[in-house]
Amino acid sequence: MNKFVREAKLWLIAIPILLWTLLPIYHIFLFSISTKDSAFSGALWPDKPTLRNFGTVFRQEHFYLHHFWEQIWNSLWIAVATGLLTLAIATCAAFAISRLKVKGGRAVMNAALFTYFIPAAFLAVPMYKAMGTYGLLNNRWSLVLAMVTLASPYAIWVLKQASDKLPWELDEAARIDGATPLQLFRLVYLPLMMPSLVAIGTYALLLAWNEYLYAFLLLSHENTIPLAVGLGHFLASDDSPWELLMATALIYALPPAAIYYAFRRYMVGGLTVGAVKG
Amino acid sequence: MLTPYILVFLVFVLYPVTYGLWLARHPQSYVTLFDDPVFFRTVVNTIIFLLVAVNVKFALALFLSGFFVHDRAWIRWLSVIFIIPWAVPAIPTIFSIRFMLNPEWGLINSVWFRLTALDGPNWLNDPRLGLTMAMVVHIWKALPFWTLILIAGRLAIPRELYEASSVDGATPWQKFKYVTWPSIRTLYLTSTILSMIWTLGDFNSVYLLTGGGPADLTHVLSTLGIRYIRLDQVDQAMATIVVALPFVLPFVYFMMKRLSADDEGR
Repeated sequence: MNKFVREAKLWLIAIPILLWTLLPIYHIFLFSISTKDSAFSGALWPDKPTLRNFGTVFRQEHFYLHHFWEQIWNSLWIAVATGLLTLAIATCAAFAISRLKVKGGRAVMNAALFTYFIPAAFLAVPMYKAMGTYGLLNNRWSLVLAMVTLASPYAIWVLKQASDKLPWELDEAARIDGATPLQLFRLVYLPLMMPSLVAIGTYALLLAWNEYLYAFLLLSHENTIPLAVGLGHFLASDDSPWELLMATALIYALPPAAIYYAFRRYMVGGLTVGAVKG
Repeated sequence: MLTPYILVFLVFVLYPVTYGLWLARHPQSYVTLFDDPVFFRTVVNTIIFLLVAVNVKFALALFLSGFFVHDRAWIRWLSVIFIIPWAVPAIPTIFSIRFMLNPEWGLINSVWFRLTALDGPNWLNDPRLGLTMAMVVHIWKALPFWTLILIAGRLAIPRELYEASSVDGATPWQKFKYVTWPSIRTLYLTSTILSMIWTLGDFNSVYLLTGGGPADLTHVLSTLGIRYIRLDQVDQAMATIVVALPFVLPFVYFMMKRLSADDEGR
């Protein structure tokens, strides 16, 4: 009996958690399969569920959706470019700081951490101004470079932590065999760091795909904006087609969610806990 | 091999920040800023947002982490679902909540009407309710992450401590007070400070939900800076941030110290 009461208590906590977590998600799904009339009636399930909204989105048959495929391509391009560039820059930096112990490595690490801890929305204002000076506004590279700036500090820190754990004997053995630092990097370091590299690449990719603030500040032209900013345009008028917005939003949210769950093991355990453990 | 990152830092952090600080050098910007009634309201909103949202979030995370450490298959499944708000991008879910709160057509008020036969509140057109809802959105989004951190903290506590306290006849509350809390206190406080810094930079929860409205009454510092940019008053936007710096930098310094100490202890 006592055991039964204890289990019941757990369920009593579980049900509110489930409702709280899933309601906004369910609401997106509900709208995306509803007609406009049904969506605006506040129904909990549509009379006639339909997939027509998705057809409208894919065929770009609405004013807000004229550039749907172009914008999803921009999102993808920006995310992949950010992921690759962050990986390249952060891997080199972490290798130099952790294995080569280059002079000034500590100062660079501190500069990176400082960037990491400054709220991103604060850095956005000077970044916007500087991108204007560089003449990069409305160029997709401005968002890629901004996202690399935001992603690489954490990437360097995580990669440095992972790299510090690799045994020193490997480096010594390689040096005795006459390996140059570059060979050490390519033949010893990269293969051993693979799991962390996958995690960091994914982290940067998702960060860029999900970003809204920097995207709408730096890019405003119909042809350069990613889908995130395109979604924001739906709010321009009061009678927006919310059922189409939610269908588009669902398409936009699925890839990053799938990637997150595929790499969940690395994303949660490896990446975050170390950052705050005191 | 450090050169690429040093270049990124110089070109996209150091130069912009220096240039920004230089733009914010005119005392006139601050006079204008302090004369703007929106600014005062924004500072109050930001303080409320930080104190209430962060502390409620951490109290909930502490409670829920105690729930999720129970060893049951179904609780492991629930934790997979629980992480969804963190795993999906912000825009779709915030827009979804925004429409749910629409006073005429939203799901919340239509259910409210069916249950009570009364019209529900005008959620986002009331500044207080609007800011409260922005905090709810923030908590909805960030709660899973911090719960996971605290779960990790709780799982690192040796089981023997709990077994020994059970033998001594400790109540659940005593176990929490004498075993759990002393072990995760540092983690809890560090996390709270880090979360404060990040919450200060939370632009999405306010901007995508209320847009700072009605009548610019629900802005926080991060959205106010962007509002000035949109009004083409970049000096003003920079001044907003400079005003916030004395409050942010000590926390940033604390976090950097903490991480460096951690790094050397290895």
